[in-house]
Amino acid sequence: MSKRIGIEVAVAAAEAAALCRFDVAAVYPITPQSHVAEHLSNIVADGRIDAEFITVESEHSAMSAAMGASATGARVVTATSSQGLMYMHEVLPIASAMRLPIVMAIANRAVSGPLNILNDHSDIMPQRDSGWISLFAENGQEVVDMMIQAFKIAEHRDVQLPVNVNIDGFQLTHMVEPLEMPDQKEVDKFLPPYKPYATLHPDKPVSMGTFAMNDVYTEVMKAKDAALVNSKEVILAVWKEWEKRFGRAYEPIEGYRVKGAEILMLTMGSMGETAAVAIDELRKKGIPAGLLKMKLWRPFPFDELKKAVKGAKTLIVTDRAVSFGGPGGPVAGEVRSALYDQPTRPAIINEIIGLGGRDMMVEHFMEIVMKAAKAGRKKRKEAYEFYGVREA
Amino acid sequence: MAAKKWPENWQNVNRGCVVFRPGSAGDYHTGSWRAQQPVWDNVKCIKCGLCYIVCPEGCISEGSDGYYSADLDYCKGCGICTHECWPRAIKMVEEG
Ligand code: SF4
Ligand code: SF4
Repeated sequence: MSKRIGIEVAVAAAEAAALCRFDVAAVYPITPQSHVAEHLSNIVADGRIDAEFITVESEHSAMSAAMGASATGARVVTATSSQGLMYMHEVLPIASAMRLPIVMAIANRAVSGPLNILNDHSDIMPQRDSGWISLFAENGQEVVDMMIQAFKIAEHRDVQLPVNVNIDGFQLTHMVEPLEMPDQKEVDKFLPPYKPYATLHPDKPVSMGTFAMNDVYTEVMKAKDAALVNSKEVILAVWKEWEKRFGRAYEPIEGYRVKGAEILMLTMGSMGETAAVAIDELRKKGIPAGLLKMKLWRPFPFDELKKAVKGAKTLIVTDRAVSFGGPGGPVAGEVRSALYDQPTRPAIINEIIGLGGRDMMVEHFMEIVMKAAKAGRKKRKEAYEFYGVREA
Repeated sequence: MAAKKWPENWQNVNRGCVVFRPGSAGDYHTGSWRAQQPVWDNVKCIKCGLCYIVCPEGCISEGSDGYYSADLDYCKGCGICTHECWPRAIKMVEEG
């Protein structure tokens, strides 16, 4: 039986990895991920599971060690944030190209400069094209569930790709939440031991991480893209199985009060909870607003997005990062491109919100929606807006 | 020498590019990168073996007569052997 407990979410993320009986954790601590690192280290030091904790000297080394361990057939977990993730960037596409099913918890935090330790999504967005499966958790329960689901998805024979679970720094990582911790026996039934496709072992030598020039690189990239695209089917199947076993449903894009909604707002991560309260308030005022919470960022849920926005007049896409000199926020850029071919599509408004930990309250989300309701289909002058920016 | 074998299509790319056959790097003939090739003048050669030691490709070998030559399947034409051979027995010659 699952147990209902009150627990800090960062600690819960590490506990979830322990329920998955990881073999190796290679982690370098960084705010606000540090409690994940510390707790993984505690779990190993206390001998609670038979695992190694590799104390690395940097995040680049953390990912490199994780890859080496994964290549031997070990189940590997790591975690990072912000500058650490940026430092890891060089190795991320190698992990996915080598099809190593590493699971990484990311405590999302703004990137420097200027130095800022608070939450936004500017660390994960530059990793978008690394070939990792990317999940976004909204609350502590989703963090626990996704950490466990991540191993099953990553290790699936038809996937074999690394997965990152995005957890808003502080807003989620440092929150003590009541949540259901699945039982070890249930997790064991859900997650069988990892059966690797190939391993580094002297008894049967293989080469990994090899050389491929212009005569074959294109084919390798096509195969990698196909792996990402095809992984969606497995992700959906794993989420179905999760719902059956644990009773909690997951979708690439979760709708909240979308029935009859003319104005939809799209969020990723923990702000979905605040935005949902705003939607309730707006509905009370008779404004037909609804919320779309995107949980799956890579592979991008094209079909689900098209279906979700059908019938809506306006779609407000919130972004927690900036593509400087580009289309605004990276999420809005992708949403616009995904809907471009649709015969009818909503007007798209891009609000860049909550940068570097700037608070977004219920009334802020309400203001955004009410402004959009008033403007109707009238085209805005700017393709995007830094919500709440102090202007002269 | 096994013939160079690329996957015919992307569907045939081994997952993660794992190579199950040891020694397959030998299939890749780096000699195609070469613009100049080393040519030995054995009259000047004193059989010191320095060229054999310094070749970064490891493609120089000693013949039964004690003189040295490069395997042109792998020689990249870097010219290090020529530069290091102190009796100046090796010359770099443009590829024809
Ligand atoms: S380095 Fe020059 S002299 Fe020495 S073995 Fe090679 S070719 Fe002969
Ligand atoms: S040119 Fe370079 S690669 Fe070729 S034999 Fe000389 S040292 Fe070796």
